[in-house]
Amino acid sequence: MELFADYTLRTVTIGAMLLGAISGFLGCFAVLRRQALLGDAMSHAALPGIALAFLLTGQRDPFILFVGAASAALLAALWLLVVVRTTRIKDDAALALILAVFFGFGLVLLSYLQRQPNAAQAGLKSFLFGQAAALIERDLWAMLAVGVPALALVLIFWPQVKLVTFDPDFARSIGLPVRGFDVLLNVVMVAAIVIGIQTVGVVLMSAMLVAPAVAARQWTNRLETMVVLAAGFGALAAMAGAWLSTLGEGLATGPLIVLMMSLVTVLSLVFAPGRGLLWRNLRRRQVLQAS
Amino acid sequence: MEIAVDIQDLTVAYGDKPVLWDVDLQVPRGVLMAIIGPNGAGKTTLLKSTLGLVKPAAGSVRIFGKPYEQQRHLIAYVPQRSSVDWDFPTTVLDVVLMGRYGHLGWLRRPGRAERAAALAALEQVQLADFAHRQIGQLSGGQQQRVFLARALAQDAEIYFMDEPFQGVDAVTERAIINILRDLRAAGKTVVVVHHDLQTVTEYFDQVALINVRRIAAGPVHDVFTEANLRATYGGRLALLETSRVAAPASSAAPAPGD
Repeated sequence: MELFADYTLRTVTIGAMLLGAISGFLGCFAVLRRQALLGDAMSHAALPGIALAFLLTGQRDPFILFVGAASAALLAALWLLVVVRTTRIKDDAALALILAVFFGFGLVLLSYLQRQPNAAQAGLKSFLFGQAAALIERDLWAMLAVGVPALALVLIFWPQVKLVTFDPDFARSIGLPVRGFDVLLNVVMVAAIVIGIQTVGVVLMSAMLVAPAVAARQWTNRLETMVVLAAGFGALAAMAGAWLSTLGEGLATGPLIVLMMSLVTVLSLVFAPGRGLLWRNLRRRQVLQAS
Repeated sequence: MEIAVDIQDLTVAYGDKPVLWDVDLQVPRGVLMAIIGPNGAGKTTLLKSTLGLVKPAAGSVRIFGKPYEQQRHLIAYVPQRSSVDWDFPTTVLDVVLMGRYGHLGWLRRPGRAERAAALAALEQVQLADFAHRQIGQLSGGQQQRVFLARALAQDAEIYFMDEPFQGVDAVTERAIINILRDLRAAGKTVVVVHHDLQTVTEYFDQVALINVRRIAAGPVHDVFTEANLRATYGGRLALLETSRVAAPASSAAPAPGD
């Protein structure tokens, strides 16, 4: 396939697939723990971190941008925790508030960056919607350096992670450090977000966390299968998006990847056996006819 | 008589509102004890703070004379059925296996011995045929039995259960109470948050009446009196027939399902 023959295309495709697979896998826990909105807020909140990292160092090195993005996202999560614990503001309102504050601050920083002489290669749009075409080999290594430890942590503690996600009260009663696992799973989610920001951008990143998990849930009743399927769907959508973007001049890869992922999700919601809308309708009709 | 659970001066508050106030409770070993009281009386909170899930503002809990943290392996817990998402992608057997996690080390995966124990627990609640079903495909009563099986798999000395009869049919209620009696016969201690006053005398040996404070606790025939119930429920005590109060259960009463 020409996607893998051309060096630039190959880098973009592999990078996108890595992002799709890792965020798909880790996103399952965000969805099952009902933290999808937190993921969205954290990915938006990463924007000022990236902008500041770029502003301070003047470099577009992936590791520096990752550190900036992760710090801002974690700061936002921490702030959220403090607001919910110490005030009467409910968590959905606090989420919206913090998302807006961080994202707004990020936009201000970006508009300032725009006027800087060296900002041409790191324009406004590339941070908001990603710029997959600019991925280089070093970016891939950075993605692996963040993604592999995150995946490994989840796999090492798989039984505990599963129990804490399903029934935290019971987990605490047998002595598991549930708080610690909450922190671990949030850090892992930040890792997934940070990996995706260069490719799909802060605005659309939460779709890559949530959509593969929702699609995968339709096809299986086992968590083990679900995470593998979600990773597969994420990678598949990423490859399809990368390929589509080569068909026309100036078609943005990130949004195309998200669109492909949404397509997979919609198809899963309609056609999956057992849980799909079509299936459930058919069965309802059968039951009605039988009675 | 050996004391299994010893709760002293337990006070729990959410914000500045006390939910439990200075509660003392002793549970002797080898009894079935019901915790009863009106909605919002702090029954679930009493259970959760005993298990360390809710941090008390004051007071202590000792299990066979030692702090809870040292005795975790002697405890099994059945949370309220509504406390988890039953659409979670997992099978019945997987949930029951979770009962063995407390006995496994950090990095050990459940193996053949754990699976055998989980299957035996499922057998006890008559759900062995459902081992590989997704948990969302079960009825409410079956889900309750899955939670019970998980607690049985914990192979504990003391069982804490939060409303195990909530939303189950009469047949399931029979099955559950028979299992609780088997546990008692094996010398285990069972503490149950219960809401059906009609069945207290029939099912339980001991009862604790709670309404933020401890109103009374002890053997059913001593403390399950009309005066104590009035003190616990106030004016809300309407359904109870006086004939059932503090009289030994003579005939098999029909088990009311919800």
